[in-house]
Amino acid sequence: MPPDETKATVEQETDDAPELHTEEFMVNMGPQHPSTHGVLRLQLTMDGEVIVSAIPHIGYLHRGMEKMAEFRTYPQYLPMIDRVEYVSVIINELSFCMAVEKLLGVEIPIRAQYLRTLGCELQRIASHLVWLGVNSLDLGALTPFLYCFRERELVMDLLEALSGQRMTCNYLRIGGVVADLPEGFMEKAREFCKIFPKRVEEYERILTYNEIFMGRMVDVGVLPLETAIACGVSGPNLRACGLAYDIRKVEPYAVYHRLKFDIPTGKQGDSWDRFVVRVEEFRQSLRIITQCLDWLEKNPDGAVISDEVKLVVKTSPGEAYGRVESSRGVYGTYIRSDGSTKPYRMKLRSPSFSNLSAFPKMVEGMFIADLVATFCSLDIILPDCDR
Amino acid sequence: MRLADYVVDTYRAIYDWWVGMGLDPLFLEIIKYLAQSVWILALVVIIVLFLVWWERKIGGHFQSRMGPMRTGGWHGWSQTIADALKILQKEDIVPAKADRWVFNLAPLLIFVPVLLTLIVIPMGDGILVKDLNVGILYVFAVGGITVISILMAGWGSNNKYSLLGALRTVSQMVSYELPLILSIIGVVMVAGTMSMGGIVSAQRNLWFIVIQPLGFIVYIIAATAEANRTPFDLPEAEQEIVAGFNVEYSGMKFAMFFLAEFANAFIVSAIAVTLFLGGWQGPLFPSWVWFPLKTFAVVFLLMWFRWTFPRFRVDQLMDLGWKVLLPLAFLNILVTGLFMLYL
Repeated sequence: MPPDETKATVEQETDDAPELHTEEFMVNMGPQHPSTHGVLRLQLTMDGEVIVSAIPHIGYLHRGMEKMAEFRTYPQYLPMIDRVEYVSVIINELSFCMAVEKLLGVEIPIRAQYLRTLGCELQRIASHLVWLGVNSLDLGALTPFLYCFRERELVMDLLEALSGQRMTCNYLRIGGVVADLPEGFMEKAREFCKIFPKRVEEYERILTYNEIFMGRMVDVGVLPLETAIACGVSGPNLRACGLAYDIRKVEPYAVYHRLKFDIPTGKQGDSWDRFVVRVEEFRQSLRIITQCLDWLEKNPDGAVISDEVKLVVKTSPGEAYGRVESSRGVYGTYIRSDGSTKPYRMKLRSPSFSNLSAFPKMVEGMFIADLVATFCSLDIILPDCDR
Repeated sequence: MRLADYVVDTYRAIYDWWVGMGLDPLFLEIIKYLAQSVWILALVVIIVLFLVWWERKIGGHFQSRMGPMRTGGWHGWSQTIADALKILQKEDIVPAKADRWVFNLAPLLIFVPVLLTLIVIPMGDGILVKDLNVGILYVFAVGGITVISILMAGWGSNNKYSLLGALRTVSQMVSYELPLILSIIGVVMVAGTMSMGGIVSAQRNLWFIVIQPLGFIVYIIAATAEANRTPFDLPEAEQEIVAGFNVEYSGMKFAMFFLAEFANAFIVSAIAVTLFLGGWQGPLFPSWVWFPLKTFAVVFLLMWFRWTFPRFRVDQLMDLGWKVLLPLAFLNILVTGLFMLYL
């Protein structure tokens, strides 16, 4: 821990009162702190309750994920992707698979594409549910957290049925997915689609227009669009600023070009806009899931993994970049291959890192309670940030 | 015959016999005060142990969980007893640079207002230790000690989060004490007495909530803030300042703060019942059934708030206290005064 730096900077004088000295003081928020979501350390300079400056220190969860890729074959690295960022795993797997598949030049069966899309959107709902729960928890509302995890359990059951794993799914394979839909999945998924909209309404009733909640979120942590673009902010955080930028529309992958869905946007990029955008994304994801389920029901046959992919994945030399719209923003995997079974160099473009870079600018001059509200509304996953 | 009369009669009989034997009555007086102290202490412990369990059950059911279910068999009824026994065995850590005297004294001091307040609260027909003629004034006077104890805890811990929490507490409790006290002035005006027993008997025909609805609303909001409960639990907002003033406390000292919080929730509810909801009065059941019934209903209301609302921010909290509750409390006094003058 760095030395306790206190310095007298603010001096206030009033006409007849004796001279009043106030001192700024430094607080280390984290790495062990209930609301830094993992191990972020914020070095805060505070003037009472007001933040003068905030410096995020990251790297506590650095595991060398990119370097590790250089020592593992492509299929070996696939499960590791789940550990880089463990809240939206299937979406991130897709980014890696897309990059490898571009290098291989294989065609993915259409049924596999639909299954991938289905998995991605289920994962997006699960990820946003974690965020919604934690967001309300950080504002002191304890109950919505449990409600969100109750529904997340339903999604987890579906993901487990798909892949055999709840959190680190490892569902995708290079060239397709691991298996077709299991028996009984369709009924369970349909039931979820029926239950979930009611539950989203429930969250909205308890939070969105709650007087206290709006007081805490509206006009708090405003992110101007220019700053957002300059910092590379993406995902719901960028869309809350009013720009409808979504990789699923801009550069469609999997089968997103075949599906109907809207991109919700906010108005001024405050915490409340970010909240509303994500809640609306629940509904859009549900629309996509319903369309995927309809298609999969109509076309029950077909391969779920490409025949062209051999057991030993050996790519042609070159470079490839697979980017997807993860639940936090643009997630990209860049792979440089020298023609062997392992990548020569791999780089992960993590949305959390870019989103966090906008954070210090947003919090200057706000209350410490607003810092918490802003931080959780950005939905940052620290392992993703540190990699 | 009232339950309290049995106790009084028994005491009289013993007293007569004792004096008849030619012995000094002072000894018996001391025994009496000791018995009263034990009664208050036992009451606090039982109420708090029950409230902690109840809060967890209610919280659980609000969150579609069950809450404690295992310890003791039926719905985990002995969970808090087990917790209390466990926390007694925990290591008592004092931070190296803490102000030891202040740090150690704070958790003891926080229980003083709790015990002192319970003396004057009528928990049934005649079931109270002492009916002071300035009862309600006394309650809020000793209630002010809580602030000192929390400030001591925050300052003595030598921790920035503690200090922030303590400063929040002081500003919050001082701000909310004003609307709290002003909200009950209407009741005192209508009842014409400050004695708790007198206020209860003044409500024989009509509960004061009917003629003082605004006062009741202001009181409940200010009392929630005074008891540091959500949505006003800023002093210990764990997501912001970790645990506020009790971040450095462990073991039994932490438990003292924790238990005092629940005891305070009970006390503000008991005062609400006494002032606005007719006290221990009610049909059919005896008074010592009605009082806990009503009080726990008000406590349930506080718990309902806790498991529903998000937390206020510091400036919003101050705005609500000074710009909304205080004028409303004044308005209540004004309207009550005008009514009493002309009706």
